[in-house]
Amino acid sequence: MTIGIVMLVHTALDRAELVVRHWSAGGCPVVIHCDRKVPKREYEDFRNKLSDVPGVAFATRHRCEWGAWGIVAATQTACEMLLAEHADVQHIYLTSGSCLPLRPVQELIDYLAARPRTDFIESATTADVPWTVGGLDAERFTLRFPFSWKKNRRAFDAYVRLQRRIRFRRRIPFGLVPHMGSQWWCLSRRTLEKILNDPRRSVYDRYFRKVWIPDESYFQSLARIHSIQVESRSLTLSKFDFQGKPYIFYDDHLQLLRRSDCFVARKIWPKAERVYRAFLTDAEGAMNRTEPNPGKIDRIFSKAVERRTRGRPGLYMQSRYPNDGWENGLTGAKYSVFQGFTELFVEFELWLSRTTGCRVHGHIFGPGNAQFANEQFEINGALTASAAMRDYAPRDFLTNLNWNTRGERQCFQYSPRANQAVAWDMAKDTNAQISVISGAWAVPLFQTGGDFVEIRREAARLQKVENEFLATLRSSYAKARIKVWTMADFVENPAEPLQSVIDEIGSRSVRRLSEMPKMVDLTGFGEFLQNLKNQGMHPYLMGDFPAHPMASPVIEKPRKPYLIQK
Amino acid sequence: MRIAERYRLRTERRRLLLRALRKGASLRTVADRTRKITQGDILLFCTLRNEQVRLPYFLEYYRQMGVQHFLFVDNDSDDGSREYLSAQPDCSVWHTLAGYKRSRFGMDWITRLQIAYAHGHWCLTVDPDEFFVYPFCDARPLSALTDWLDDSSIKSFSAMLLDMYPKGPIGAQPYRPGQDPLEIASWFDAGNYTIERNGKYANLWIQGGPRMRIFFADQPQNAPALNKIPLVKWDRAYAYVSSTHMLLPRGLNLVYDEWGGEKASGVLLHTKFLDTFSAKAEEELARRQHYGASREYIAYHHMLKERPELWCKWSEKYINWRQLEILGLMSKGNWA
Repeated sequence: MTIGIVMLVHTALDRAELVVRHWSAGGCPVVIHCDRKVPKREYEDFRNKLSDVPGVAFATRHRCEWGAWGIVAATQTACEMLLAEHADVQHIYLTSGSCLPLRPVQELIDYLAARPRTDFIESATTADVPWTVGGLDAERFTLRFPFSWKKNRRAFDAYVRLQRRIRFRRRIPFGLVPHMGSQWWCLSRRTLEKILNDPRRSVYDRYFRKVWIPDESYFQSLARIHSIQVESRSLTLSKFDFQGKPYIFYDDHLQLLRRSDCFVARKIWPKAERVYRAFLTDAEGAMNRTEPNPGKIDRIFSKAVERRTRGRPGLYMQSRYPNDGWENGLTGAKYSVFQGFTELFVEFELWLSRTTGCRVHGHIFGPGNAQFANEQFEINGALTASAAMRDYAPRDFLTNLNWNTRGERQCFQYSPRANQAVAWDMAKDTNAQISVISGAWAVPLFQTGGDFVEIRREAARLQKVENEFLATLRSSYAKARIKVWTMADFVENPAEPLQSVIDEIGSRSVRRLSEMPKMVDLTGFGEFLQNLKNQGMHPYLMGDFPAHPMASPVIEKPRKPYLIQK
Repeated sequence: MRIAERYRLRTERRRLLLRALRKGASLRTVADRTRKITQGDILLFCTLRNEQVRLPYFLEYYRQMGVQHFLFVDNDSDDGSREYLSAQPDCSVWHTLAGYKRSRFGMDWITRLQIAYAHGHWCLTVDPDEFFVYPFCDARPLSALTDWLDDSSIKSFSAMLLDMYPKGPIGAQPYRPGQDPLEIASWFDAGNYTIERNGKYANLWIQGGPRMRIFFADQPQNAPALNKIPLVKWDRAYAYVSSTHMLLPRGLNLVYDEWGGEKASGVLLHTKFLDTFSAKAEEELARRQHYGASREYIAYHHMLKERPELWCKWSEKYINWRQLEILGLMSKGNWA
């Protein structure tokens, strides 16, 4: 009792030859189907080279077009030939020229001998699996596909559209439930004979002739009708990428392949010399009598799909440049933006970095050069503080900063004096935490003093800029976590909002702030605002600030830091 | 794409091809071994002038990678480059006296040769100071990549230019022929690149790195472009538009994913900043044959007097392609 190999080849005939010799040496008869597209001379050469190998036969050649009926026809012919000529064959294994047996042939024979009635064929109904590519899952069974997808895509697509529009539906033969799965199966003799000798085979064949990619559904559907025991998995290790083409194994996958314990792997790069040598000539190979366990390989390939379809969030580079809003996150990690805090508190950056342990920068978007933490001119990734370069591409500056420092939360200061080009980007970014004390920009004006006409003009400008920023933050497109306090509210009771900001950063599990930042001296600030009002410039963003010092106890004397403890 | 725009681009492409045929007439054959090229060979195209010292390692690097034939255009070298190359068994060499600038910075000559020899081949178009790095280049030959690209129906492969520089002043360590230039220029900037999409040709325009940081700090818009598409499955109807930054037809420039995913890409390690650089900069400044009125070389000239150091505390030392992958400068895409 043995297994029979049906091998479909179309390229890399020299590698196929090696594999055929290997199967044959293991005592398996092999029927080879060579694509008619292979030039006659090459084919004859291939046949001649294999003429000394016992148990090898060549089936009538069909033209195999990807996604078309030819491959099924080829498989049928080859299988019929194999069943007719080798009565001792119990299982038939369908392989391709780029398949490689990873374990000794005898192990596969023993494995199948222990499961004489089982058919190893991956087969699932279309409704239940998201395998398909190009949006054609159920439709591949209900539409007609006379045009080649690879060569004549435009006609293919147009004809699909036409059929959809006129609501064309093919009738599926009675009793047939379309199933799909890997093309590479291993069926028992009994099941395969039943499929090939089915009295209704001509009906099925006629139907599948116009199904798209019938090699993934013909045997898969019919096995469901005839098999006693379907084991819905393929014995061939074969991974597909998001476009439905198989992953290729190279020399550097050798150890992975050894550890996979699979019987056969597909597809091997024809020039992967070490892989072929290792599995076809090493007598020992990977000789563990265990169940196939391709877990690790699965992980590598599913990661590759993930990388290709979703990518690394926050990364912008030569081969990942998502359109606005199509990226999964403008940035890759959370960061905090503070507006109005440095104006209101003395050495706020120092306090914040002490309290949270984050990297706290100053005003990185200006005015002037970026103030990176520790007064560095360059930081991670050799990103420089130069204002000219930052303002040349402010959004890139923001994303670069976040990408370069990934793994470490960044905090930075922002103000109406800064470059406003990134305002929308930050507002729309779910990773941003934006805290604003509105109106605090007036404090530096109040502190520096000087020409009041100048101050008035500047105050009017800053108020306009901040108002626009606040409107951005309030827009329905804003997705950042945003908190805005008026300066009056904040000064009234700074502990609570500060606590909530720190809680949200949540890096160190601080229950209660043990230390408050020192607030600047605001004596006379109310009068300053009143002065602006008197000049006809109404500062409204800071809330209701009492004009006269005596009216409010808050600004009578500098507030002492205080501590609340349970 | 509107029909008018398509027509315009098509006209432009044809104009480039015709121009290449015209300008290519100045090429004189020095060594023609192109009969050795067989189907499926990977070809390398390169224009050079006085690069003798770099050539031994350059050839060794790309031979080992699996380039089967080299096609060089020598723009009137006088340091023996031409003689050296024409003695190599896998090199074909052409010589021209024509101006570099007036032949689109050498691209007309390259395009001419590509029309003649590159059709149906994977083509790598690089400068003698550029070293191509692709995912798994330490374990898989270049043909593994091109086979995979063929299987995936991908026709062009992006490799951003990554400027490499030494620690300490440029030129402090002399470069010996045959030496790996990365032993000297082994540092690079990891994350200060700006990207913009070019509407007309659909390519990305990347700038940044040490050249922007040092030489163009106050005029970043003039910093040199770093986006490159050096590896293309050539068709005689294709043409590079500006250096190897972009091609026509412009579908070839779509080497990036717009949905958030990553396509596979590589890096061109640019080892310009060796001790040969100062002399080169002086010469090129005198010849005025470079892009944008040699703006770049004027900037170098001004800065080089101060013997600048490109290295900074946050420079990254080159290890291998995996490091570049992790840093996000290139990607494996879905090649695994």
